[in-house]
Amino acid sequence: MRLPKRFRNISLILGAIIVLAIVVCAVFAPYLSTHGIEQMDMRNRFSGPTLAHWLGTDNFGRDLWSRLIYGARVSLLIACISVFASAIIGTAVGLAAGYFGGWTDLVLMRITDIFLGFPAIVLALAIVAVLGPGIVNVAIAIIVVAWTEYARVVRATTLMLREQNYVQAAKALGAHPLRILVKEILPNAMGPIIVLASLGFGTAIISESALSFLGFGLPPPAPTWGWTLAYGTRFMRDEPWLAIISGATIMITVLGFNLLGDGLRDALDPRHLSRAAGRKK
Amino acid sequence: MLSYVIRRLLLLIPMAAGMVIVTFCLLLLIPGDPASVLLGQEASAEAINNLRTTLGLNDPWYIRLGSYFAALLQGDMGRSIFQNQAVSEIIAGRLGATIELAVVALILACLIGISLGVLAATKQGSLIDTVSMIFAQLGVSMPVYWLGLLLMLLFAVTLGWLPSIGRGVPLPEALIAAITGQPGVFLDSLSHIILPALALAANSAAIISRLVRTSMLEVLREDFVRTAYAKGLRRGRVVIRHALRNALLPVLSVIGLRFGALLGGAVLTETIFAWPGLGQLTITAISQRDLPLIQGIVLTFAIIFALVNLVVDLLYAAVDPRIRLG
Repeated sequence: MRLPKRFRNISLILGAIIVLAIVVCAVFAPYLSTHGIEQMDMRNRFSGPTLAHWLGTDNFGRDLWSRLIYGARVSLLIACISVFASAIIGTAVGLAAGYFGGWTDLVLMRITDIFLGFPAIVLALAIVAVLGPGIVNVAIAIIVVAWTEYARVVRATTLMLREQNYVQAAKALGAHPLRILVKEILPNAMGPIIVLASLGFGTAIISESALSFLGFGLPPPAPTWGWTLAYGTRFMRDEPWLAIISGATIMITVLGFNLLGDGLRDALDPRHLSRAAGRKK
Repeated sequence: MLSYVIRRLLLLIPMAAGMVIVTFCLLLLIPGDPASVLLGQEASAEAINNLRTTLGLNDPWYIRLGSYFAALLQGDMGRSIFQNQAVSEIIAGRLGATIELAVVALILACLIGISLGVLAATKQGSLIDTVSMIFAQLGVSMPVYWLGLLLMLLFAVTLGWLPSIGRGVPLPEALIAAITGQPGVFLDSLSHIILPALALAANSAAIISRLVRTSMLEVLREDFVRTAYAKGLRRGRVVIRHALRNALLPVLSVIGLRFGALLGGAVLTETIFAWPGLGQLTITAISQRDLPLIQGIVLTFAIIFALVNLVVDLLYAAVDPRIRLG
């Protein structure tokens, strides 16, 4: 089976490979890990990459590879929760604002603007500070800002779609607005939502690891990537690879989701593809 | 134009009010009795009672919200629980350092982003284009705190060229010192700010470069560019004077949005480089769960962001009449 031509772009394929690799590592972490995440090997402290410890060990001799693949579970779980919840909230707001227009649009979009006006990490930190740490609370902190982007994009798409003949026809037949939104408009707005969700995974992973890095994410012993990186910085001067490898893991994962998102955007929105590629002179 | 400015200013009022409400709601989010939660389990009943009075927790929420609004209108953001000082005073003492860092980062981001974007667009399909876009993709994906650490490791620890932490004399003062014959002071300030600003700028530079590339590619196909070439103008002049000026219009609004991101990113950068700004204060406030201070900081960030966007919108309307007439 061959992929349709529009899905055959390097960005999408490379992104999908990276994301798939990370997801496989996370799902099969118990089988892929070589050591327990808290298992200490004091004779091999700061061992550097070896056959026994593929990515080296920390100051307690804990295996970095095992910690990172278990950390992938935490990051992906929080990213999943926050992306799905933001997509649902943002899409509902965007659909309502775009379809009903008038005061509904005005009020919903002003609320969106207000949330968009807060620097994401500052608001996320404040929310975690009042709610306390925990997977759900960290996810909530990310959702509070992330839904706004879906709302704006879905509203813009809905404004365009509501003028389409098939939507007008459904209206003329007396279909309930909720039915029109769910059956007619939403399926046609899915392209931008999927693209945003893919890019949103990257943003959520960066936010989660930033919170953990600052010490406000999941408390230890949860092997979050941000915490592993923050821990590695303590030994930055003499044993820099701990921080370098943890940071690179975050970057490669985010890169994967960003490439996937960009590739999907090109595949699902031909106008964007032509804009991005331009015409060669 | 005047009516557009007034309309835009009026829109700022409900926006600011909304931001105040969101900030106020942080207190309502605290599970259980906020005073006991904020002071911790070991706090005495008297201390908890005092804090309840300070935070107005004995009143219903709408009275508290009203008082919060009234106090804010007089510039009163409350008192810090742990620093025994007015929140506005604490913030004012730190704001300059953060603005300085964000502004320098924004300048760097624009310089790097626009240069790379123009290069990539004019050499589309070449190695320069590929390298620029790889840089852009990495810049967008790289956590700011990790890049900060890498820069510190390379330029401060390994090469020893730049200081790893701290801040020199504030840049405006250092600039005056340089003019009055003390260039060393200015260079010292510059050496302190360059690493945190570069770390902070990378993400925005990447986004700007991608945007400039796309925008330039569109503009380079326009008729007026072809006409400029047909008139016999040199390539550099056409690209810079004709194409870039038009291509930068859509980028302008994004630059405003980037300033907000830079303020947020400053929280992380300041922590790594021990930059004594609002970001570092945020971490202290959150570690201590100093709610009035947290609320003040969040609100300050949001209001600065709103004001910067207002300025960018007005600039945008000034250079593109379609915006204010549309």
